[in-house]
Amino acid sequence: MAGKTAGLEDLSVAYVTEPVAAADWLIVAPVALCLLVGSVLLMLRKDTRLQPLIAIPALMVLSAMTLGLLWHVLANGTVTMTMGRWLPPFGISFTVDPLSAFFAATSSLVALAAGVYGRSDIDHSGRRYGFYPFLLLIMAGVIGAFLTGDVFNLYVWFEVLLISSFGLLVLGSERGQLDGGVKYAFLNLVATTLFLIATGYLYGLFGTLNMADIAVKASELRGTAPLMTLVTLFLLAFAMKAAAFPVNFWLPASYHTPRLVVSALFAGLLTKVGIYALLRVLGMLFPIEREELSFIIAIAAALTMVLGVMGALAQNDIRRALGFLVVSGIGVMMAGLALGSPAGFSGAIFYAAHSMVVMTALYFAIGIGVSLGGNFRLSEAGGLYARNAMLAFVTLMLFLSVSGLPPFSGFWPKVMLVKASLDIGAWWLAAAILVTGLLTTITVGRIWALAYWRPAGEGAASAAAGSAPGSAAGSAPAGAIAALFGLVALSVAAGVWPEPVLVLSQDAARGLIDPSAYVLSVFPGEAAQ
Amino acid sequence: MRTVIFRSIAPYLTSLMVLFSIFVLLRGHNLPGGGFIGGLIAASALAIYGIACGVAPVRRAIHFHPMAISAFGLFLGAGAGVLSVFASVPFMTGLWTYPTLFGVELALSSVLVFDIGVYLVVVGAIASIALALEERDRD
Amino acid sequence: MEPVFAILVGALFTVSIYLFMSKHIIRVLMGAAILSNAVNLLIFTAGRITREVPPIIGPGVDTLSASAANPLPQALVLTAIVIAFSFFAFLLVLGYRAFQKLGTDNSDEMRVAEPVNEPAPPLGY
Repeated sequence: MAGKTAGLEDLSVAYVTEPVAAADWLIVAPVALCLLVGSVLLMLRKDTRLQPLIAIPALMVLSAMTLGLLWHVLANGTVTMTMGRWLPPFGISFTVDPLSAFFAATSSLVALAAGVYGRSDIDHSGRRYGFYPFLLLIMAGVIGAFLTGDVFNLYVWFEVLLISSFGLLVLGSERGQLDGGVKYAFLNLVATTLFLIATGYLYGLFGTLNMADIAVKASELRGTAPLMTLVTLFLLAFAMKAAAFPVNFWLPASYHTPRLVVSALFAGLLTKVGIYALLRVLGMLFPIEREELSFIIAIAAALTMVLGVMGALAQNDIRRALGFLVVSGIGVMMAGLALGSPAGFSGAIFYAAHSMVVMTALYFAIGIGVSLGGNFRLSEAGGLYARNAMLAFVTLMLFLSVSGLPPFSGFWPKVMLVKASLDIGAWWLAAAILVTGLLTTITVGRIWALAYWRPAGEGAASAAAGSAPGSAAGSAPAGAIAALFGLVALSVAAGVWPEPVLVLSQDAARGLIDPSAYVLSVFPGEAAQ
Repeated sequence: MRTVIFRSIAPYLTSLMVLFSIFVLLRGHNLPGGGFIGGLIAASALAIYGIACGVAPVRRAIHFHPMAISAFGLFLGAGAGVLSVFASVPFMTGLWTYPTLFGVELALSSVLVFDIGVYLVVVGAIASIALALEERDRD
Repeated sequence: MEPVFAILVGALFTVSIYLFMSKHIIRVLMGAAILSNAVNLLIFTAGRITREVPPIIGPGVDTLSASAANPLPQALVLTAIVIAFSFFAFLLVLGYRAFQKLGTDNSDEMRVAEPVNEPAPPLGY
């Protein structure tokens, strides 16, 4: 009975004693909000009319909270809250540095767009199966993973987002969804189990799971064989989560099967959580080991981006091509991780944020195109430019942004990464990034030419007529258009005015390379050491 | 499995197990027990009832959909953590109060609320899976 | 004790990886169940094994006795068991549903999402 004996012992040896400032509640508020609203929505899952009315304002509040958190972190430096008042490393800490806050803010904006888009994309049965509850719960997992400062807690948030993603993936239980779902579920099970194994070893080696504590203690164990094994396991587990090349096959097998808005959300957020974990664990906790592994990571990165885009080139289904483009983008971020320099990290962070926004927007654009009477199959698609020129232009902008052409947001991080590779003489990595850009341009150029530019009749005439599902021409719902335009505006803003994002990602990268601010935030007493 | 003996015993067994699960839940703070194990006992009670009398009576008996029970548990769990905002201590800190009811001092805490939340989450989640699998067995 | 546990963990991993190689979903499921047990045992072993001293602070004492078992791996394992259990239950239902709808549990024949005879995209128009 903790309260009764409060007067007797000196509590400051075990407890955080100073009261929590109101602003620090922003650290856990996003996760708590997602869990509370998600559970309310799950209770109300029969009331399909009410669900978006609760979920969309909740997502707006979530975005406001994470943006507020970002502002708070930028103003006051890294902040920490330790659950249950137990002093770290015994209590589980949520530690928010610029990287965490930046990713959390971007992902909640993407989720807000998905919530708005889902209003029109998810029909009543889909909504009753629980799109909105799972959306909130998956956001709890994603944001929890970004904000936590404890490795085991990171594992728990991974599982939260994974189990919610299963729910979203099989929404509707169609044949293709079950097929894709089986592969997605089993391969991700392997990935999280690897993560858990690595966590067990980590605990065995360090006797702690708090990231700041590990960052301090890692230097004592430098260069020992167990540590190298451990870091390699982490690399494998997170690379599998992020869908890097030799372990990426679950992604193209499943991402085109669920509802479009679910695909968009997954493409935007889930793989980026893997990238975040790679940056946090390999980049911040074990920099020396990452340095030793950097050649392997660089090869995996180059293969991921080139083979990913080659996969996209070979697809007839636009959604499957986009799935491969997601994989290709992961390769670019991995290249930043392999470089390990401040420029490399900040390029990877910038690219991850860009990819969250743009990949989601791209799925939305394709979805709106199909609801306007387009087709997911390239061989049958056509005529979208004639139907809605504005949409065609916006889609073209997104396509160019994905391939990294100048006025859009994909350009800057790629420039940073190419320059960083050339700086250390890794010309082949720079070449891989540039070749990927070229191949991506060809891929998306062909998709645009066939699905948008080509007159409607030509494609459909060559294919078996009438087999296309849902090709009745309709008008795009306003909510979907608004969600798309919101994300496109973000991408264009980051493209023509990259300065704030650039500064932010450099700030975040600096926090990874020198974790002293992170450690100091968790252990304020160790300032003297 | 649906013998007469089993069917007549099952309701008593189920109610006994649910009662025991609540006992285990409440003693859990200082003694072995708690929300998770209590929830498992309650869920297996429902599963036994389902095996004996069919799934439809179970669904009628628990009135709410298992997922809704689970969601309510999640709400309680997260809500118990948020309570500590009013005491300006970090998230999930245990808060205690000792009201006296009929001359007996009760130790109530946000920890207990959290544990009840865990109990409901486990009951709801396990029962929904068990019931779904039992339903499939018959077709 | 640790070497015995290490060998046992290794054996469990071997069995589960062997089962994971199978094409049949049901065997992979069995592998998943064994894998989660292997990992739990691994974490448990990593956190120092002691005999029969539960980590409970008795009345009148402020700290654990030095010989008590390490409570943290127990907490980790409990969490991991819960997660693995819910995971397994979900995979069981998913595998069963997939078997019902697709009529196979052979992953080679599961080609609905990625059809074999998918045409190449048109080269021009």
